[in-house]
Amino acid sequence: MAIRERKARTGTIPDGGMADIAFLLLIFFLVTTTIDMDKGLGIILPAEGQELEINKKNILNCLISASGAVLLGGEPVELKNLSRRVQEKLRENDKLIVSVKAHEKAQYDVYIQVLDQLKLAKATRISIAETE
Amino acid sequence: MKFRRKSGVESKISTSSMPDIIFMLLIFFMVTTVLREYSGLPVSLPKAERIEKLESKRHTSDIWVSKDGLISIEDKLFSNDDVRHVMYEKRASDPQLTVSLKADQAARMEIISGIHNELRKADALKLNYSTKVKAPN
Repeated sequence: MAIRERKARTGTIPDGGMADIAFLLLIFFLVTTTIDMDKGLGIILPAEGQELEINKKNILNCLISASGAVLLGGEPVELKNLSRRVQEKLRENDKLIVSVKAHEKAQYDVYIQVLDQLKLAKATRISIAETE
Repeated sequence: MKFRRKSGVESKISTSSMPDIIFMLLIFFMVTTVLREYSGLPVSLPKAERIEKLESKRHTSDIWVSKDGLISIEDKLFSNDDVRHVMYEKRASDPQLTVSLKADQAARMEIISGIHNELRKADALKLNYSTKVKAPN
């Protein structure tokens, strides 16, 4: 039996494409991660047991009925006109606090739209009254 | 004029550490991205214009409210009276906590105001009503 001479072979893994592979991975992760930023209407709730007495003159009641109608200071208002009406009232009295009170069967959607309109009118003092 | 002899030094930017740099970037992005942890309840959020972004996802805790009145925190259902205990613990471990309320637009206000009261009792006062963006008309 003939003994073959062993060939000395050196094997190296080519690492020239390594950077490309890493780049590909990087781009893959960048594309697939969806950054779903949460957006919404921010509000600060009053602390427990922190009830203030406020002069009746400085309160503007905004009531939401079960059917979704909005009453501003006793008169019915359409949702899209709400911010304008509140702005008018704010111009008369800048110490005005808008008190939002919703019926317990009212829809959340209407409530959010009312809050949105109030924010649009730049009413910074918004009070969320408890539903009875 | 004297001509200088070209030096035989080759100037090349070394690319052998390129993969390391890219891997570092990759690991950095993987660590910093916070994946969505909880699936929540199926809700269709209301739309609003005057929205603000939540500052940080790390200091945010979600409460889902479906239109049937189910309340879910971290994929567990709670009754209205238990929200207080859960949120109190969260608030105690993270003073900067913002509560993101993801309520269905057809939810009833009695549930929402119930959650208001619970959050006030838990001293978690920073609330954000999660909404979708409505194009201003």
